[in-house]
Amino acid sequence: MKLMANPAGYFKDLFSKDAGDKEIGGSGTMAHQAIGGSGRLTDGTGDAPAKTTPFGVILRKEIADHIRSWRFIVLLILIVLTFAATMYVSLSNLKAAVANEADPDRLFLYLKLLTTTDGSLPAFHIFISFLGPLLGISLGFDAVNAEQNNGTLIRVMAQPVYRDNLLLAKFLGALVVVAVLFFSLGLFMIGGGLIITGVRIEPVEFLRILAFLFVTVLYVGFWLSLSILLSIRFRQATTSALTAIGIWLFFTVFFRIIVNIAVKAFFPDPVYLSPTEILSYNYLILDMLRLAPSQLYMDATTTFLMPSVRSLGPLTVEQMAGAIPSPLPLRESILIVWPQVSGLLAATAVCFALSYYWFMRREIRT
Amino acid sequence: MEDIIIELEGLTKCYGSLKAVNDLHLAIRRGEVYGLLGPNGAGKTTTILMMLGLTEPSSGTARVCGFNATSHPIDVKRKVGYMPDSVGFYDGMTGLENLLYIARLNGVPEHMVREYGSEMMKLVGLEGAMHKKASAYSRGMKQRLGLADVLIKQPDVIVLDEPTLGIDPSGVKDFLSLIRQLSRQQGITVLLSSHHLHQVQQVCDRVGIFVGGRLLADGNIQQLSKHLFSEEAYLVAIVVKEDLPPDWQDRSTLLGMDSVKKVTVTGNTVEIACTRDLTPDLVRFFVAKGLDVMGVQKKAYGLEEIYQRYFENNLNENEADGKSSGLFQRSFFKRRR
Repeated sequence: MKLMANPAGYFKDLFSKDAGDKEIGGSGTMAHQAIGGSGRLTDGTGDAPAKTTPFGVILRKEIADHIRSWRFIVLLILIVLTFAATMYVSLSNLKAAVANEADPDRLFLYLKLLTTTDGSLPAFHIFISFLGPLLGISLGFDAVNAEQNNGTLIRVMAQPVYRDNLLLAKFLGALVVVAVLFFSLGLFMIGGGLIITGVRIEPVEFLRILAFLFVTVLYVGFWLSLSILLSIRFRQATTSALTAIGIWLFFTVFFRIIVNIAVKAFFPDPVYLSPTEILSYNYLILDMLRLAPSQLYMDATTTFLMPSVRSLGPLTVEQMAGAIPSPLPLRESILIVWPQVSGLLAATAVCFALSYYWFMRREIRT
Repeated sequence: MEDIIIELEGLTKCYGSLKAVNDLHLAIRRGEVYGLLGPNGAGKTTTILMMLGLTEPSSGTARVCGFNATSHPIDVKRKVGYMPDSVGFYDGMTGLENLLYIARLNGVPEHMVREYGSEMMKLVGLEGAMHKKASAYSRGMKQRLGLADVLIKQPDVIVLDEPTLGIDPSGVKDFLSLIRQLSRQQGITVLLSSHHLHQVQQVCDRVGIFVGGRLLADGNIQQLSKHLFSEEAYLVAIVVKEDLPPDWQDRSTLLGMDSVKKVTVTGNTVEIACTRDLTPDLVRFFVAKGLDVMGVQKKAYGLEEIYQRYFENNLNENEADGKSSGLFQRSFFKRRR
């Protein structure tokens, strides 16, 4: 208040300082030279060595926001606990799993570490197929509407920032946090495994684990872009959160039931069908199930983590004839899951494109 | 034409069937302080949003600093500092951090952003609360932080949407004189919207009266009053000692006088509207009639009367096709059909 009493005084001071710098031509403070002296902020700093783009600024702020938020800390604890519990279970059953002669994958110790379970807890990747959506949704459901309701969106949009930069930064910021989380967990697991078992890790195993982590991040990314889309569509954060959770529940719980009902209602009784017809119907059912993102994720991760999986659908006896039950090379596994990975990528891209479409031309006001 | 910095041509914005802004033509010169005056819902904020490219006009163009605001919003936003009517800040960040975020978005280099930000905080009188969380700021402090936000980008044009909303009177005075000072010293063009007449009157060079999406009048206070009250530019109120009878004889004599337009008698007060300043003649007339003149008051029209007049006119129109009553009327008519 005291300073407000005589605004003219300090404005004169500030601006005359600027003018002074211009005249002296470089002996003043750097700040005034670039900002005041050249007249325009952007013009004056064109050849500055480390110029941060608005996109970088928003991205940095988004990441900082996520890391500091309680929401993320809670989810982090949840996922780390899940990870620790599944690791504990798999470590205590590892010996039996590796000794199992019937399993062609038994020598992939680190993949076993991720997938072995004694039935008391699901494996880590199955846990993530449930928790991943929750992580994605919680990081994105209020990305745009909360800012709009707080009046900060219009403040940012009144700055020389492209709208898509904001959207992209919101998406990438959360994705970077998720990626760092999963990759550090994965590397932590490898390091811990090295210390505990003392077994050398095969390069193929390392690459497979990296591929698994990549698919996991992609899967969370899909839910993230879906929830950002909903946060643009709905003005209330609770509405968008509930809708996102509704979609998630639909795909995890009801979708399989609906497919089963449809199969029972419309498909002919398999007793009267030839084996090839049964096979084609089976493929159809599988394809319908693959409309659910969680199914795509499960397919992809299972193939990466179990090298002996050679097909995601049923195989005929003729196809299996002469096949040696041995692990596939990584390239073959990637080829098997390529449709799944591209499906997840496409779904993410569709959500993102819709977000752009809705956000780019809308009116922003509080 | 060089010094016209904001130019709106035929700007129209429709929300469904409602015309929020209707064929707006407006030119604001560099260095001017322009007040957009109008009641709530008159389309002031919509106009401002269109000028910043935050919403697209249904037709017409807005040119700010030579750039088309719809097709080149980024260029416009580089030159225009905008303070929305309800400024929002990131609650989890301190006031300074909020300011620095905006500074960085505007491309202030990293090595000087802190120094520059704290200087700006001092400027608006917030150096004591610099490191407090923005959620702990009072309304007035937020408003000042909003001003710092606007100033940190060194704008050519400042657009303030209801800048005085929720600040106490002394704060308003400081705020407005600060704005005026800025405009004078730096040649910054200021556009401010308000429904507070007195504040606009204090600081603005020119005023546009904006009702129901249309600019009803545009000019400085004198021009406005001349334009509106050309018929009865002067109003003289004469108070006499005794109450006058309702059928006062000399009323018609008064009306017969040259340039007298209207005479109203209420109790012991006579109000005479005239096109010339007739005060001495009127007093002489009253004295000649043997009436005891207790007081003579000559009224000039201020912004309030102007505003009131425009607003009243518009209210009458609104009864015919206004937006607030439209819905009600529609259902009413339906039932009657």
